[in-house]
Amino acid sequence: MNTQNKKLKKFIQHTAMIVFTLIMLYPLAWMVGSSLKESSSVFIDAHKIIPDVFRFENYIEGWKGFGGITFSTFFMNSFVIVIISTIGSVLSSTLIAFGFARINFVGKKLWFVCMMLTMMLPYEMVMIPQYIMFNGFGWIDTYLPLILPTFFGAPFFIFLIMQFIRTIPTELDQAAKIDGCGTFGIFFRIICPLVVPAMMTAAIFSFYWRWDDFMGPLLYLTTPAKYPVSLALKLFSDPNSVTNWGAMFAMSTISLIPVFIIFFIFQRYIVDGISTSGLKS
Amino acid sequence: MIPKKSEQSESVMDFPKTKMTEKPVKRFKSRKKKSGYENATGYLFISPFLIGLFCLTLYPIVYSFYLSFTQYDLLGSPTWIGLDNYTRMFTNDDMFWTSMKTTFFYAGVAVPFRLIFALLVALALNKITEMVGLYRTMLYLPSVVGGSIAISIMWRQLFGNDGAFNSFLALLGLPTHSWLGDPDTAIWTLIVLYGWQFGSSMLIFLAGLRNIPKTYYEASAVDGARPIQQFFKITLPLLTPVILFNMVMQVINGFMAFTPSFIVTNGGPMNSTVLFVLYMYRRAFEFFEMGYGSAMAWVMLVIIAALTALIFKSSGKWVHYEGEQK
Repeated sequence: MNTQNKKLKKFIQHTAMIVFTLIMLYPLAWMVGSSLKESSSVFIDAHKIIPDVFRFENYIEGWKGFGGITFSTFFMNSFVIVIISTIGSVLSSTLIAFGFARINFVGKKLWFVCMMLTMMLPYEMVMIPQYIMFNGFGWIDTYLPLILPTFFGAPFFIFLIMQFIRTIPTELDQAAKIDGCGTFGIFFRIICPLVVPAMMTAAIFSFYWRWDDFMGPLLYLTTPAKYPVSLALKLFSDPNSVTNWGAMFAMSTISLIPVFIIFFIFQRYIVDGISTSGLKS
Repeated sequence: MIPKKSEQSESVMDFPKTKMTEKPVKRFKSRKKKSGYENATGYLFISPFLIGLFCLTLYPIVYSFYLSFTQYDLLGSPTWIGLDNYTRMFTNDDMFWTSMKTTFFYAGVAVPFRLIFALLVALALNKITEMVGLYRTMLYLPSVVGGSIAISIMWRQLFGNDGAFNSFLALLGLPTHSWLGDPDTAIWTLIVLYGWQFGSSMLIFLAGLRNIPKTYYEASAVDGARPIQQFFKITLPLLTPVILFNMVMQVINGFMAFTPSFIVTNGGPMNSTVLFVLYMYRRAFEFFEMGYGSAMAWVMLVIIAALTALIFKSSGKWVHYEGEQK
C-alpha cells in the first residue's frame, strides 16, 4: 500500500500505545508526585501529579520513622535479610541443580518429581506448622526463620538453573574428566563459571521476593527495631494514625528505589528468565 | 559485558526449541552403570534439597494434617478433637463461607481479567516494530513493584474518598463514589490491582508469540485468511500451551492472595474483602487457633489441587501441541 497510509497507521499505533503506557504508569507517578506535595494538599485536586510547591522535607521527616527508630535501621535490616537469603538460595540451588542435571544416581526421578511438586505447593500450606516448629526452637523475633530456609534451595531457582545447565554440552564435562577432573572439579571449574547468567537471574528474583516479603516478617518479628522496610512501612502508614501523608508517600517511594535500580540494571536477565520459565510446558 | 550478556541469555531462550538435550546424558548413562561413587556424589549435591524437603516441607505437612484434628493455642500441647474443626468450618462458621465465596469471586474475575489483558497487550506489542523494548519495560514495571507493601498503601489512597480516582471522576463531571467504603465495590479495587500487574504474563505471551513461525501467517494470507481468522486459527491454538501454564500459576496465585486484602482494605468493609488466606491468618495468628487454621489450610490445598487437576484434565480438549514440539 502507499507509504502515507502506512505512516498514519504507525502513528496511530504508537499514540495508542503511549497513551496506554502512561495510564498504566499513572499510579506510580502519582505516588512519587504525592510524596513531594504538602500533606494538606495531597488530597486537594488529588489527581495532579506535579505538586504546586515541591516539598523535599517530606523525605527528611519520613526518614525519622516512628518510635525513635529511623528508616536507616529498617533499610539495614532489609538489606541484611535480603542479601544473606539471596546468597543462600542461589548457592544451594546451583549445587542441587548440578546434582539433578549432571549426575545419575538412584532415585533421581523420584526426587525430581518431589521438587516439581513443592514448586506448586503454596507457602501458606506450611505456614502454621513451620511457625510452631520455629516457635519451639525459640526463633521468634530472630531472622533465622526468614533466612535459614533459603539455604535448602528454592525449587523455582533449581529448575531455572537446571534448564541452563542442560544447554551446556556434556562433551565439556567429558573433556574435563579426561584431563583428570573429578565431579567436584567439573562443578566448580566448568559448570559454575558457565552458569553465572542463570544464577544472576535467580539472584534478581530472590532479591525481589525477599525485599517484598511481608508475611514472613509479619509472623516472626515482634521488635520494631528488627523490622525490615516492608513491615515498617505497614506500621508507618496505619490509616488510623497517619497525619503526614506526604511523608508516608515519600517512604513508600523510597522503599521501591532498590527494586527500580535492580530492575533497570538487570532487566535483560529478568525478561529472559520469565520468558524461559513460561515456555517450558 | 553487554554482548556477552545477550549471548548467554539467548542460549536460555533457545532451550525450549532444543529440548531433547537429554540424549547425551542417556548415552553417558548406558556406557557407565550407576556407580557407588556417582550415587554418593549425587546425593551429596542434592542433600540441601533433601534436608529442606523433609524438615521444612514434608514434616510440616504431616504435622499440619495432625493439627487439623486438634485444638491448639500454642500453650500446652494439642488436644485431639477429631473432625470438630472440619464440621465447625462447614456447618457453623459463616465467615468461612463468606471468605470462600469472596476468594472464588476474586480469583474467578481477576485471573481471567489479568490473562486477557496480558494477551491483548502482548498481541499489540507483537504488531509494533519500533520501541518494543521500551514499551515492554514500562508495561512490565507494575508487575515488578506490584507485590510490595508500598503499592498496596498507594492503592488504598488512590481509591480513597478523596483519592486521585475520585478526583478524576469529579474532573470529568461523573459522580464520585466511596470505592473502598462500599462492600459492593471494595473487592473491585483489589481485582483492578491484580489486573494492573499483568506484566509477567504479558512477557510470557510475547515470548510465545515470537515462537510462532511467520510462514504460517504468510501461507494463510495467500489462502485468503483474514486477520481475525488468523488469530483464532493460528495464534490462539499455538498459544494454548503458554496459556495453560499461565493459567495454572495465576489461579494458585489468585487463591493465595493476602497482602492486598490485608493492607488495602483489611478485609472490610463489612468483611466483603476477607480473602481466604486473610481469614486463615486471622484464625491462626490473631485468635491462636492453630488447629482450625491448619484445617483451613488443608481445605484450601484440596481446592487448589482439584482446580489444577481440572485445568490439566480439560487441557486435553483445548491445548494444542504442535507435532514437532511433542
